[in-house]
Amino acid sequence: MNVGIVIVSHSPLVAEGAAQMVRQMVGDEVPLAWCGGDPSGGLGTDVESIQQAIERAWSEAGVAVLVDLGGAETNSEMAIEFIGEPRASRIRICNAPIVEGAIMAATEASGGASLGAVVATAEELSPQ
Amino acid sequence: MTVLTGEDFRQFVIAMAGAITDNAERLTTLDSAIGDGDHGANMKRGFDAVVGDIDVLAEKSFAEATKAAGLKLVMTVGGASGPLVGTFFMTLGKELPEDIDRKSMAAAFATATAAVAARGKSERGQKTLLDVLYPLHAAIAAGADAAGMARAAQAAAEATIPVKATRGRASFLGDRSIGHMDPGSASVALLADAAARVWAART
Repeated sequence: MNVGIVIVSHSPLVAEGAAQMVRQMVGDEVPLAWCGGDPSGGLGTDVESIQQAIERAWSEAGVAVLVDLGGAETNSEMAIEFIGEPRASRIRICNAPIVEGAIMAATEASGGASLGAVVATAEELSPQ
Repeated sequence: MTVLTGEDFRQFVIAMAGAITDNAERLTTLDSAIGDGDHGANMKRGFDAVVGDIDVLAEKSFAEATKAAGLKLVMTVGGASGPLVGTFFMTLGKELPEDIDRKSMAAAFATATAAVAARGKSERGQKTLLDVLYPLHAAIAAGADAAGMARAAQAAAEATIPVKATRGRASFLGDRSIGHMDPGSASVALLADAAARVWAART
């Protein structure tokens, strides 16, 4: 089973658009889910929506999460804590640009790579 | 030693939610200057949600109610403030004993502040709510009365004005973040003032 990809943006339009690009460029081989927007529908992120997106993209091989700005990362960390072990340690947040990172991670995942390899591939895009 | 109950918790929540509601516009104005302009609305949404649950919360112990309110804030505030403010109350609730005295409150407050620092991967001096939480803890630990706690928190929030932000959205602005109060610090000062008043009336 391939690693799943979750895209978390402050904007549902950005998240959905990035997911569309993944689907078109990588195909259906990878479990994929996205979420965006705060609990009242404005720009922002929402812990519960992130948890649900991780559930939708869940894979026994793990899930790589791509985020945009600060709150998306903090809320994703919170969502992973709430999901808890044993699954939490198989969910990783990538330090990578959201659109390019999602595509690179999904491409790597579609070949059956491990979670560590998927995350590393996405993170190659970030200056160290 | 003071046994605080769920009903006491109700008084704290109503006071804190009122302070946030009364100042939501000001908080959003502060956030518009150096952030994304939603802090007041986000905090208000979170505290309104806690007020909405208050009858259920008031039946729990003070510590359990504090923990549950923190979780509610995480789930409803949104933005980065949700996990930060929520983590504070969740940890405070987890650490508070049944019988609360100043020493146990100070100890729980210190652990909750450390949890916020870990959650935000931040430290004091970066123009975040930590810049109020640490001095507020010091005031509590040093035995300040309610007015003293509120004063310490307000002074600490004002002290964020000349600081350059190095964490959070405001850090994107670099030097342009100088000259504005950190909205998260402003929120914590408001909450501290409201909570200190209730504490003074109760003890």
